[in-house]
Amino acid sequence: MKYSIMVNEGPYTHQASDTALHFCKAALDAGYEIFRVFFYHDGVNNGTRYTVPPQDDRNIQKEWSKLAEAHEIDLVICIAAAQRRGIMDADEAKRQGLDGDNIAPGFRISGLGQLIEGGIIADRQLVFGD
Amino acid sequence: MSTLHTVNKSPFERDSLSSCIRLAAKGHSILLIEDGALGAMAGTDHSDMVAGVMKDVSVYVLGPDLAARGMSEDRIIDGIQVVDYSGFVELTAKHDTCQSWL
Repeated sequence: MKYSIMVNEGPYTHQASDTALHFCKAALDAGYEIFRVFFYHDGVNNGTRYTVPPQDDRNIQKEWSKLAEAHEIDLVICIAAAQRRGIMDADEAKRQGLDGDNIAPGFRISGLGQLIEGGIIADRQLVFGD
Repeated sequence: MSTLHTVNKSPFERDSLSSCIRLAAKGHSILLIEDGALGAMAGTDHSDMVAGVMKDVSVYVLGPDLAARGMSEDRIIDGIQVVDYSGFVELTAKHDTCQSWL
């Protein structure tokens, strides 16, 4: 079973990022594949490496990066949603004349076509949001 | 085609659970997650609505989300099945499509 996941809510907002993470881990434990996670709307805030939660709290951004590295999951951030919220990779930051980038390891910036492709390629597409 | 519906909002806050119940067809399943877990409680204004759909639709609740809200499994409506995250995954695999009621 191949999954495409969509996350529409930022970390520490309500529960969608946590639920999506738990779901992905359980699917991987069951031997299924997470093909792609697409972050849209406030969900793009999962992908800034400048997230610094208190030490005794979970670090949701790092959890995504770790999961992506361990299981070769494609973490895609929507470019239009990212630009509105100041999530930049080096190329975008340069193009916008900004003084730095903040995208987290394992994440990449792309467009809605990646969401559609995920839905076509995967057996199931699940949406987590508020 | 069978559909798994997930509802993540409390029926006391939004009407997504009642919309879902209105539109879920025979053979579909509903999984209550996050604040949606409150919809599994017995003895509330919404319990009859949930119990009523269960002759055609299987209703599940995510155990960790029940526990996170201090609700014990003996307070939920009879017939609602408690699943963990691996049960959630298996429900998505068992059904043809998944509809999130956000």
